[in-house]
Amino acid sequence: MQTQLLLELSAEAIGERQAYKTVEGGLSYAQAYQRAKAGAAYFHKRQGDTVVFLGHNGPAFPLALFAAGLAGKPFAPLNYRLADTDLRKLVARTAPSIVVADGDMASRVHGVEGVTIITREAFEAACEDEDNRDATLPEAEQDIAVLLFTSGTTGDPKAAVLRHGNLTSYVISTVEFMAAGEDECALVSVPPYHIAGISAVLTGTYSGRRIAYLHSFAPDAWVLLAHAEKVTHAMVVPTMLSRILDAMEALDVELPHLRALSYGGGRMPQSVIERAMRKLPNVDFVNAYGLTETSSTIAVLGPDDHRAAFSSDDPNVRARLGSVGRPLPTLELEIRAPDGKTVLGARESGEIYVRGDQVAGEYLHKKMLSDDGWFATNDAGWVDEEGYLFVEGRLDDVIVRGGENISPGEVEDVLRLHPQVRDVAVYGLPDDGWGEKVACSLVCEGAPCTDELAEWVKARLRSTKTPEAWDFRDELPYNETGKLLRRVLKDEMSKTVAAI
Amino acid sequence: MQVKPGSRWKSAVDTTEVVIVRPPKGDVSLECGGHPMVAAGDEAPAGLVLSADFSAGTSVGKRYVDEESGIELLGAKAGQSSLAVDGRPVTLKDAKPLPASD
Repeated sequence: MQTQLLLELSAEAIGERQAYKTVEGGLSYAQAYQRAKAGAAYFHKRQGDTVVFLGHNGPAFPLALFAAGLAGKPFAPLNYRLADTDLRKLVARTAPSIVVADGDMASRVHGVEGVTIITREAFEAACEDEDNRDATLPEAEQDIAVLLFTSGTTGDPKAAVLRHGNLTSYVISTVEFMAAGEDECALVSVPPYHIAGISAVLTGTYSGRRIAYLHSFAPDAWVLLAHAEKVTHAMVVPTMLSRILDAMEALDVELPHLRALSYGGGRMPQSVIERAMRKLPNVDFVNAYGLTETSSTIAVLGPDDHRAAFSSDDPNVRARLGSVGRPLPTLELEIRAPDGKTVLGARESGEIYVRGDQVAGEYLHKKMLSDDGWFATNDAGWVDEEGYLFVEGRLDDVIVRGGENISPGEVEDVLRLHPQVRDVAVYGLPDDGWGEKVACSLVCEGAPCTDELAEWVKARLRSTKTPEAWDFRDELPYNETGKLLRRVLKDEMSKTVAAI
Repeated sequence: MQVKPGSRWKSAVDTTEVVIVRPPKGDVSLECGGHPMVAAGDEAPAGLVLSADFSAGTSVGKRYVDEESGIELLGAKAGQSSLAVDGRPVTLKDAKPLPASD
């Protein structure tokens, strides 16, 4: 099943309803479908096997996504925040391709061989052109819906392949068609090149929930748009949430229409989610865990789970606020030992494996699924007695000290509760005695002494989890989607240690 | 008939249309309103009438399954007629909507 069918269904059933909106204006589902078809006719006439999107959020993004699908060409949104040389390298990898680029970005990729560049404005005009609108298109016969380049924190970006079948399977099995009320509106501020940006278009379109786009994330703009558009739903990455709460306080703006706030794409510090739940007691919080390679969400901690955990005195229930909830009923999830075969029991830490129709597990020219369909996520985690999944981070980030697995996130959460700590990253450094030792980089107010911080951790966790190397800085490195770059710190600190 | 995943089929007697979400295990006859369905691009045979036994209706966005063949269908256009596989009426598949996560 093809993703563009989702728009076609909504265009037929709720055509007049507003679909996508920015400050510049909006489109109904019927308009969007008509324009996407015209855009497809335009793409169809042009050289290029892939449609690349290089631009900010806005109605042109879903239009290009669906037009590419209708034209039978994979859609590849690229990260415009990359340096010019890296961006040009990525664009070259998509050749032969058609690049739809924002005006100020087109010049950055000009002249790459095998690539036709059209501006966003020209594309939008083509979507309204009558000749394109009246053109008939052959039935699209392309399996690949989307190529998403991974953020490449550990090397060259890889092109994750998401087939139409993976994405539509995710959408129709997790979202009820037209289930959204006419007053519902989702604020989307994650960039188009993030899997959450893609899935937001698809689930929003299928559920009939209007999408209000923020060109790109800024906390004040987010709060003001959410207020002005009477936004009912939103998805944020963890680093956005505390900045949004700060902005609400600084601007003195309340969000009475907000009903549901989902978050994902990285570990949420427990202190931040607790603050959010106190500040927004009527909002349903949803923690969604997923990967690009799994077509977005594979586990969900729902609103009731949040409230039960938040109000519980039972430490095991309370701890679930730090979990990502339970796996979707439509897929299977296992925790496996390092041999990749032995399935582990409750509270045993290992690698997270998943299997299901939405699991693509594929890079361009490289299928990563096992013969029986399982995908190794490269994330470490464990499951409690009732099936709640706790993600410990990337397998490579887990610190193995004297045979004990230590999750950096757990230590970070404890340090973050210290009144002087503003941001923290925990990682392992080579150690002759233990194999690895726990190290951390901190951003602090004032200069807390390391003995005090060490005591703070020891009192709340245990001595083996207490950092032995301390590094203070003005800020920590993040990539543009809010992922902490632990590896960068680890590499820098390994060199520093070696130099001493 | 050859029923490929993603292919679209229309009723020969009314407006009903479906998309194949999951293909059947073997060869099946996909029916609607008591008559074989037609590939969306093809001409439907004229003169057929809706059978009263298959007139419970089909809804847009609902999923229908036939356990025996394993086929799963998604309503793409609504109509009065209802779906069947080799004469067996399909059953409505319970949707398990999640809290909005994206």
